[in-house]
Amino acid sequence: MIEAVAEKLEKNYLNEKQGLLSWLLSTDHKRIGILYTFSITCFFFLGGFFALLMRLELLSPRNWLVSAGTYNKLFTMHGIIMVWFFLIPSIPGTLGNFLIPMMVGAKDVAFPKLNLLSWYIFMLGGTVTVYALIRGGVDTGWTFYTPFSTSYSTTYVVAAAVGVFIAGFSTILTALNFVVTIHRMRAPGLTWFKLPVFIWSMYANSLVLILNTPVLAITLVMIAVERIAKVGIFDPALGGDPVLFQHMFWFYSHPAVYTMVLPGMAVISEIIPVFSRKPLFGYKAVAFSSVAIAVLGFLVWGHHMFVAGESVYSALTFSFFSYCVAVPSAIKVFNWTATMHKGSISWDTPMLYAIGFIGLFTIGGMTGLFLAALGLDVHVHDTYFVIAHFHYIMVGGTVMAFLGGVHYWWPKISGKMYPEGLARLSALIVFLGFNLTFFPQFVLGFLGMPRRYAAYPEEFQMLHVLSTAGATILGVGYVLPLCYLLWSWNHGRDAGPNPWRAPGLEWKSTSPPPTHNFEVTPVVTSKLPYDFEAMKEELELV
Amino acid sequence: MSDPVALELREHFATVEQQRGTADTGMWVFLMTELMMFGGLFVAYTVYRFNHPQAFAEGSASMDIMLGSVNSAILLTSSLTMGFAELSAKLGRQRLLGILLLVTILIGLAFLGIKFTEYVEHYQQHEAPGVWFNRSGPHAPAVQMFFVFYFIMTGLHAVHMIIGIFLILGLISRNMIGSLSAAYHTPVSIVGLYWHFVDIVWIFLYAIFYLPGLHK
Amino acid sequence: MITNFRLWPESASSMSGPVDLFFVIMLILCTAVSVAIAVFLIYCAIHYHRKRENELGSQERYNIPVEAAWTIIPFVLFIGMFIWGAKLYFAIERPPDNAITVYAVGKQWMWKIQHPEGQREINELHIPVGRPVKMVMTSEDVIHDFFVPAFRTKQDVLPDRYTTTWFEATKPGKYHLFCSQYCGTKHSGMIGWVYAMSPADYQNWLTQGAPEGSLASTGGKYFHQFGCANCHHFNSQGRCPDLRNLYMRPVLLTTGKTIIADDSYIREKLHNPDAQVPWGFSSGVMPNFTGVVSEEQILALISFIKALGPQPGTQQPSSSGTAPTEYGTQKGIGGPGVTSNAGSQVEKR
Repeated sequence: MIEAVAEKLEKNYLNEKQGLLSWLLSTDHKRIGILYTFSITCFFFLGGFFALLMRLELLSPRNWLVSAGTYNKLFTMHGIIMVWFFLIPSIPGTLGNFLIPMMVGAKDVAFPKLNLLSWYIFMLGGTVTVYALIRGGVDTGWTFYTPFSTSYSTTYVVAAAVGVFIAGFSTILTALNFVVTIHRMRAPGLTWFKLPVFIWSMYANSLVLILNTPVLAITLVMIAVERIAKVGIFDPALGGDPVLFQHMFWFYSHPAVYTMVLPGMAVISEIIPVFSRKPLFGYKAVAFSSVAIAVLGFLVWGHHMFVAGESVYSALTFSFFSYCVAVPSAIKVFNWTATMHKGSISWDTPMLYAIGFIGLFTIGGMTGLFLAALGLDVHVHDTYFVIAHFHYIMVGGTVMAFLGGVHYWWPKISGKMYPEGLARLSALIVFLGFNLTFFPQFVLGFLGMPRRYAAYPEEFQMLHVLSTAGATILGVGYVLPLCYLLWSWNHGRDAGPNPWRAPGLEWKSTSPPPTHNFEVTPVVTSKLPYDFEAMKEELELV
Repeated sequence: MSDPVALELREHFATVEQQRGTADTGMWVFLMTELMMFGGLFVAYTVYRFNHPQAFAEGSASMDIMLGSVNSAILLTSSLTMGFAELSAKLGRQRLLGILLLVTILIGLAFLGIKFTEYVEHYQQHEAPGVWFNRSGPHAPAVQMFFVFYFIMTGLHAVHMIIGIFLILGLISRNMIGSLSAAYHTPVSIVGLYWHFVDIVWIFLYAIFYLPGLHK
Repeated sequence: MITNFRLWPESASSMSGPVDLFFVIMLILCTAVSVAIAVFLIYCAIHYHRKRENELGSQERYNIPVEAAWTIIPFVLFIGMFIWGAKLYFAIERPPDNAITVYAVGKQWMWKIQHPEGQREINELHIPVGRPVKMVMTSEDVIHDFFVPAFRTKQDVLPDRYTTTWFEATKPGKYHLFCSQYCGTKHSGMIGWVYAMSPADYQNWLTQGAPEGSLASTGGKYFHQFGCANCHHFNSQGRCPDLRNLYMRPVLLTTGKTIIADDSYIREKLHNPDAQVPWGFSSGVMPNFTGVVSEEQILALISFIKALGPQPGTQQPSSSGTAPTEYGTQKGIGGPGVTSNAGSQVEKR
């Protein structure tokens, strides 16, 4: 007890320098991670609020809560905020920033000042986007399809495009920082195949972001130029091709969705071994599968355009590669599951989220197989089937992984434990609320309910009511962690350096860690990653 | 005893070796993003050129091949002076470094001056889409598309040149206060990399905008 | 809300059955795998539940045969899904030769349908059961999408281009038509009904509407109204190509390239007359009709030109009385010195 108090009074990254300015000007990757956590939480609840309004509107087949025009703005802003201001930056910005240097045994990332600049650029992009929102919103859908977005929409398209463009720089700089850090700053003895899979997945993720984000940037520039100068780059009357926009947009956006799920997979790959007290099964397979997803993810963009007017032969190629990219994801799921076999399974909250992730990501991934099938996609494209598919992966997958990761590393980040009972209850509420929200949407989609409809035929109402009920429950499930995690920051019990008895390098420091992570650069002597066996004594495991 | 500057190990690095390689790797990764950004524009240009070959040939014929070629020559020269600057930095010849960096900037400014002249020329010939574009003939809309790409792509390139000039100014000031030496000249190498990349992009721009019209 | 609740969409076309079969097999397969994984997860969580706080699990790290198995087996299954999906897709995308053509123009926020017999409909489409119907569609403004869930078909409708889809209704009834590509404020209002009728009822319905006559005859009126007839004489002496025998025939251009005179070619000529000039004719002669003819008028003109040529597989024009009986070699069409023969149906996508 006295030791714990004494440890807490020691200097760590939280208390070493105090005051708002010391946070806003900090180049410490851990503090920057916390800055990101604050921002993306705000954006998550903003995007979530729009979703709640949409679901309320959809309770009735007719427009009752908002007008059609407002509904169109709601789904657009929900998409823009969730994709670019939550899903893409969340795990890299928060957990990635905090953990990557610690996991490779470094004191910080390669370019700490650039890291801080990244956050400011992210906030600038967010500000411009919120400005577009306040001025009146955007109604093009987060996909900005032309010619509607360039020649017909009367909303703040350029402002929103500029906001996203700016946020893209933040993404690129963070990804660049990670790639260089992982390449150059590993502790002595830490070879590639001893790295945690979290690092492999974040590395692959960063490479994807470096290559795809610039394409989005230039596509948004072209939209802005077309709107401002009225020169029809995508206007057919002036020789332009609106389908070219789709190719360029999806060339970015398909790899982008992998950048939303790879970080989630990174987190799960860490939680499962620790909470099974077993090394990750098939380590090399899982590590390489991240790279495979990154590479193959660039070859499938046309599967968003099977009915858009692309040739049959293009469609065949994209369908084929879409099936190929499903294989590495399947490999991960099987390896995670096998890791649990003959393990020592804890039912702590991070593990509940991880197990939930595996189940829900599997369903989401399987429905991807339906969409990759050409003959089937014709029917379900642009229906609620697609919406259900990607929410299973993004929300049932990434958000659950994010919550699991936050709970797992919370003791390290804050030095405190969260209340376990309440946390498990929240996880259950999230799981149930999520399924009630999105499973009916598969049925709605196959029945033919199109996307982005504010009003709909009466026969779809029952399923919409179920979905909205689920959304309300899901909302509660998200608010609870916000509350108890904040509470535990000051009132939770002290966690100690390694409450989970995990083998990773990040657990070798105190909780919270000192500003420089390690007093002395650690030297890695174990021959394997997740070396529970070699660390039996240290972790007091039997 | 080596120059104190060389031994300045930044806080977050464990060894000097780590520090040295990092900036280089960072610049290469950054250039990959630039490649993808310009690449997107090149792809869109290629699609439209394939769709409207005559219009694009017509647009290209309006380009000033003389000015374009002169610009290419001088930009290549600036890469040469930049390369010599990098060499001077490696050899610790600080005065020579300063001179060569300055020459590089002057050449860069000359390039931008000629580019600006070309832009004004196009404006006067009513070839500035969105501002003053007036063209008759069967292919007029697609010819405008050619010029849209011309202005966006060379404009983006010019922005990169301006940023490069500021970076070199930064190098000159660092050199003047003595923080560069034979042991520590990393900033010169990475700015050099950036400058050469921008130069290579221009070569491709020259090829796609100025050369197709030569047939006419 | 409760009374017309359904879990499965209506199946009303010749493709619904095959698509649904594929869906059901996928559903069974994927459910089985998902359930297996879920059961295994729950089993492990319970059976291997941690007994003491400091318990260690087994340390097995990999198993190559197992790894190979769960890589190869899914891949093989996925290829099977790919092939099945592709075969369905070919069937969905390629209309049969005997399909009747109906034209649709989408605009914010309505569907304008034109039948070759002359009927026009707004947000409604009447079709006969048992006959394949090919939709030739374009948009006046933004991208829309023609979606009939009961038929399991969907196709984006683009501005400045024609896209096609086809279906054969198998059951009389009333089926939802939705626009399923977001197109602006009233996107959710751009909906309608497809009425599939028995052949007899359909014939009845056909004879009731269309006081103006068939689409081709309306096109003939426009042919004169817009002055096309002043140049495009039906003899080989005009300064403009004779449009008989043009439709779906190869045309040699001044550039040396040969293209097929399909719907898109005809539309393109109206908007951009100096592009793709046939061999033997000069540019700068045909006026530009952008802003002069609407998309629907273009479709009527195309129907008229279609009627001027022989029907596929025959030497007869589609509507007698509107075309001259003489056919012969034409300057530019088919190339100099090439004799005309029955047009080949080249459906390119």
